Amino acid sequence: MTLIGWLQIAVLFLAVLVAVKPLGLYMARVFSGERNFMSRVLAPVETGFYRLAGVDAGKEQGWLSYTFAMLAFSVAGFVALYAILRLQAFLPLNPQGFANVPPDLAFNTAVSFLTNTNWQNYGGESTMSHFSQMAGLTVQNFVSAATSIAIAMALTRAFARSKAATLGNFWVDLTRATLYVLLPLSVFVALIFVATGLPQTLDASMTATTLEGGRQVIALGPVASQEAIKQIGTNGGGFFNVNAAHPFENPTALSNLVNIFAMLSVSSALVYTFGQMVGDRRQGWALLVAIAILLIAGVGAVYWAETQGNPILASLGLHAGGGNMEGKEVRFGQAASALYAAVTTGLSNGGVNAMHGSLTGLGGLVPMFLIQLGEVLPGGVGSGLYALVVFAVLSVFVAGLMVGRTPELLGKKIDGREMKYAMLAVLILPAAILGFTAVSAMLPVAVASIGTPGPHGLSEILYAYTSAAGNNGSAFGGLSGNTPWYNTTLGIAMLLGRFAYAIPVLAMAGSIAAKVKTPASGGTFPTHTPLFVGLLIGIILILGGLQFFPALALGPIVEHFAMLAGQTF
Amino acid sequence: MSSQHATTAPLPAETPGFFDRAILAPAIVSAFKKLDPRQLMRNPVIFVTEIVAALVTLLFLRDLLFGGDAGFSGQIAAWLWFTVLFATFAEAVAEGRGKAQADSLKRARSDLSARLVSGDAGGTRTIPATALAVGDIVIVEAGELIPGDGEVIEGIASVNESAVTGESAPVIRESGGDRSAVTGGTQVLSDHLKIRITVAPGSSFVDRMIALIEGAKRQKTPNEIALSILLSGLTLIFLIAVTTLWGLAGYSGTVLSVTVLAALLVTLIPTTIGGLLSAIGIAGMNRLVRFNVIATSGRAVEAAGDVDTLLLDKTGTITFGNRMAADFLPVPGVTEAELAEAALLASLADETPEGRSIVALATGEYGVSNPSFAPDATIPFAAETRLSGVDAGGRRVRKGAVDAVLRFADIAKDAAPAEFRAAVDRVARTGGTPLAVADGQRLLGVIHLKDVVKPGIKERFARMRAMGIRTVMVTGDNPVTAAAIASEAGVDDFLAQATPEDKLAYIRREQRGGRLIAMCGDGTNDAPALAQADVGVAMQTGTQAAREAANMVDLDSSPTKLIEIVEIGKQLLMTRGSLTTFSIANDVAKYFAIIPALFVTTYPALGALNVMGLASPQSAILSAVIFNALIIVALIPLALKGVAYRPVGAAALLRRNLFVYGLGGLALPFVGIKLVDLAVTALHLV
Repeated sequence: MTLIGWLQIAVLFLAVLVAVKPLGLYMARVFSGERNFMSRVLAPVETGFYRLAGVDAGKEQGWLSYTFAMLAFSVAGFVALYAILRLQAFLPLNPQGFANVPPDLAFNTAVSFLTNTNWQNYGGESTMSHFSQMAGLTVQNFVSAATSIAIAMALTRAFARSKAATLGNFWVDLTRATLYVLLPLSVFVALIFVATGLPQTLDASMTATTLEGGRQVIALGPVASQEAIKQIGTNGGGFFNVNAAHPFENPTALSNLVNIFAMLSVSSALVYTFGQMVGDRRQGWALLVAIAILLIAGVGAVYWAETQGNPILASLGLHAGGGNMEGKEVRFGQAASALYAAVTTGLSNGGVNAMHGSLTGLGGLVPMFLIQLGEVLPGGVGSGLYALVVFAVLSVFVAGLMVGRTPELLGKKIDGREMKYAMLAVLILPAAILGFTAVSAMLPVAVASIGTPGPHGLSEILYAYTSAAGNNGSAFGGLSGNTPWYNTTLGIAMLLGRFAYAIPVLAMAGSIAAKVKTPASGGTFPTHTPLFVGLLIGIILILGGLQFFPALALGPIVEHFAMLAGQTF
Repeated sequence: MSSQHATTAPLPAETPGFFDRAILAPAIVSAFKKLDPRQLMRNPVIFVTEIVAALVTLLFLRDLLFGGDAGFSGQIAAWLWFTVLFATFAEAVAEGRGKAQADSLKRARSDLSARLVSGDAGGTRTIPATALAVGDIVIVEAGELIPGDGEVIEGIASVNESAVTGESAPVIRESGGDRSAVTGGTQVLSDHLKIRITVAPGSSFVDRMIALIEGAKRQKTPNEIALSILLSGLTLIFLIAVTTLWGLAGYSGTVLSVTVLAALLVTLIPTTIGGLLSAIGIAGMNRLVRFNVIATSGRAVEAAGDVDTLLLDKTGTITFGNRMAADFLPVPGVTEAELAEAALLASLADETPEGRSIVALATGEYGVSNPSFAPDATIPFAAETRLSGVDAGGRRVRKGAVDAVLRFADIAKDAAPAEFRAAVDRVARTGGTPLAVADGQRLLGVIHLKDVVKPGIKERFARMRAMGIRTVMVTGDNPVTAAAIASEAGVDDFLAQATPEDKLAYIRREQRGGRLIAMCGDGTNDAPALAQADVGVAMQTGTQAAREAANMVDLDSSPTKLIEIVEIGKQLLMTRGSLTTFSIANDVAKYFAIIPALFVTTYPALGALNVMGLASPQSAILSAVIFNALIIVALIPLALKGVAYRPVGAAALLRRNLFVYGLGGLALPFVGIKLVDLAVTALHLV
């Protein structure tokens, strides 16, 4: 580990810290329907959309109709995207003349982008037409993120209101998230990306003559724009197969920093928005501190593990580079790769700038574990916030009783109903991840896809389902996922991770909104103190992570100890 | 008829010890009876444990018959059964203690017979008390026990209620008014009463409370339900983690036996809190009974912990019921001693509490001795004259209401000395009552009568404030008087000139704001407010209507009991939270015990996770299971006694409990499992 390395990490977190408040306040205004500096330009567009769609923006929805609107929109989005992929050969903007996407891959991809996972069982530059990329995938990059934000705002309002029957209007939240938050930020970031050297063109490729005189076809496309929303919307689906390790997706150290900043800032700012909207900014900060502690610990762990490298290589005298550089881009090095790996998994982004499968045992354990914690550090835009609130609900319930009162969070009493919905949501990750992993580990057809046998192979499978169910989308690498088995089961895991989580959350929001907001008193369990931060971290680790310990022990943990003992698989 | 004198046992002040023999033996029997799966199903965590225990027992039998490591599976099976038994035993002990406390109440109520008035002629026939129905009219003569809860419709009698209150002084019960309620099991000492039965036997307070303690009939409270959902959810999560581990292990080349997976599952699911949950609830009820409070629902006890606002009647709760002399304020030219002596003389014939308090103040604080002469005439206090006094040796000393005394002394209101008027004003302004004293035509001064706040009450309110609870004083006084007493007593707010409707409206307003209200009351007009309040405590001496509307009855009729009730409620919730935290924190160590044990043969490198240095894989697994079972027994006393509540504010409480039960829960099992492992190895159990 070097000072320069840590400085890069510190600069990033400081930049995010600076951005959190203004961005958070801006979003609070947007989602409260207050005028903001973009209103002059965007308000007419917004009302135009409502008129077009016949939406009454003033009419709010209860949790059930909010949920149905969200589901209906998702089903429609899935059908549209699936159709585009299956029919891309007949659609315009297909200069490379790519064939239609096969059914299982189209299902997997459509689900993947619909659920904000962006798991890619394909190489973008060799499978998807520009039309599929722009009208299909990029559209979902926007609206899947906007859907997450909408759900998070519904839950936020549940805590902000007292005895309320409604949570807001899904169509309004969806429109505002896209129009006021995702679009302007994407335009802004895309321009920066172009400045750092990302291509933005409708040309398919260019042909270059190499120094040896050979011909090389270099894939091009509207990269900067897709890259921008990939990060802003914590999607993570790259234009190119190797994602942000590709020099056109992420050419320089600066673009790398902008990449990480773009993915981290909106999710973090939304936590601030939560605090602002529920009328307790300290609550927002407390949640952010808990996130920051776990995330920085994750970054540090990966960084440390990678600089330690592999003692087996070292004993052979192969330690020249210092630490483990396998699977990393030399222009980023260990610090920026560790930072990207931890942030992309702490977030539900899933873009990568290094191959996670090539990390050391411990270095690979961290990204996997960060996803298994429930994608709350700070998680995907919106989805991270609502998952974090579920953990906060569990935290106050477990420990809140210890102050001798019925537990309450932000003045809302946590009863059996909230507990039921919170547990239903929390159950999804272990059920989907461990369930599918165990079945795959026993199924010859699934085991056949493994790149490296032994514990590393188990890590590959475990990571795939972790990434899918966590709606992360990053890959460990090594696993050949484009098979009917994985395309289908990963798709199911993604659907479960998204909807089987979001529906209980919305139900919980409905129940919480209907409750009276109790004013705080000296007997109330304070949820903005360092003590609560510590408690929340403990609950995230124990309730979110502990059940994965046996599985991890058989994958990355045994790899780590075996490596220390001089054994490889 | 009255031959079967049930001995009137006072409430059990003595609490049976934790493992009292009289409770222990039946509890062990009951623990086995509770293994019935139909009954155990109410407790998901322990139910799962029982199924797993049964499964491992079958495996043990298989090992025994067909060869296998029967020694290991047998021991695991045995300890799994112990885990279940310890949990049912905890509940049985809590029930046993509760029953022991309730039994003495019950004893007073058994073997009663009733003289039922049948027909219009007034003839009576004797039936067993248990055959009484609501609306029946019974006659109870002196020396007989009242057969059931009811209302006096005719007669007046003194009744010994020590059976339920423990207070030996008899009380008067009469038809009409606030003193018409009688309780079954109490004894009529004089005269006779005609009583209409208002509660069917079996649903009276004591019966209802006994039902709350007996496990099978016990309803789960809202918080218990929420906690059960959390525990069931955790059980499900660990069930997933453990069953999928079989597949993951298979991939890794390890075939895990069902026995070790069962062991892993049971150690991970929250058996500690699952096993103690109902015992904690029952113990909370028991603690109330020990404070002579009977709750009619478990929900009320829980709500008590959540109370935000306490509504307290001023009279009798915050102040002594009557006004007392606090000060003598002489006019210029009169000494304090002179005024005190005159006031004493004038009050000798005043038998009202106010009069007695003047005598007490004069002879006590002012050191005036009782007169040695016999008065010529005494004028007792009367409502019409509002004066009392004495004529002696030519002196005519009077004290009384200011205008009455001025009229007696023949002084026009405006002609009274300025200092006198100032003193009267001052007393009135501070909420007191001024009395004037005159000797003949000579005005001597003013006696300051005031509501005296009970000693120590201010400290109790400060304690409530530290707990985060607002206290509100309810009084019929005018706002000035109310404000003065409120500030002296240190309450947070007051409701002056309050009618029962005001009280009800206030409760509703607070509840709309999300606050939980507790109040106590005794009159029939309190009933609506008692019913509306989240915690309504009726005085045992109160009317039947009040007792029916409330969800708790205080047998001591002490209005300040609310404070203890709140603390008991908080203690109940705290105990649950602390043991839940402890139980969940325990899991970390268990993973470190069992995971390396399961896989160390396949991956020797995983031996690095065996941080406790446990002797062998089998001893590690067995030790974790044994620790998991023993910790339930070890925590039974804590579950029954409750985690100590300190009124230090929520943040400080949380810090302390999180430290003790959170960090303690993380660390203790590392030590505990290691110790068990040492014992297991030393005894060559594996």
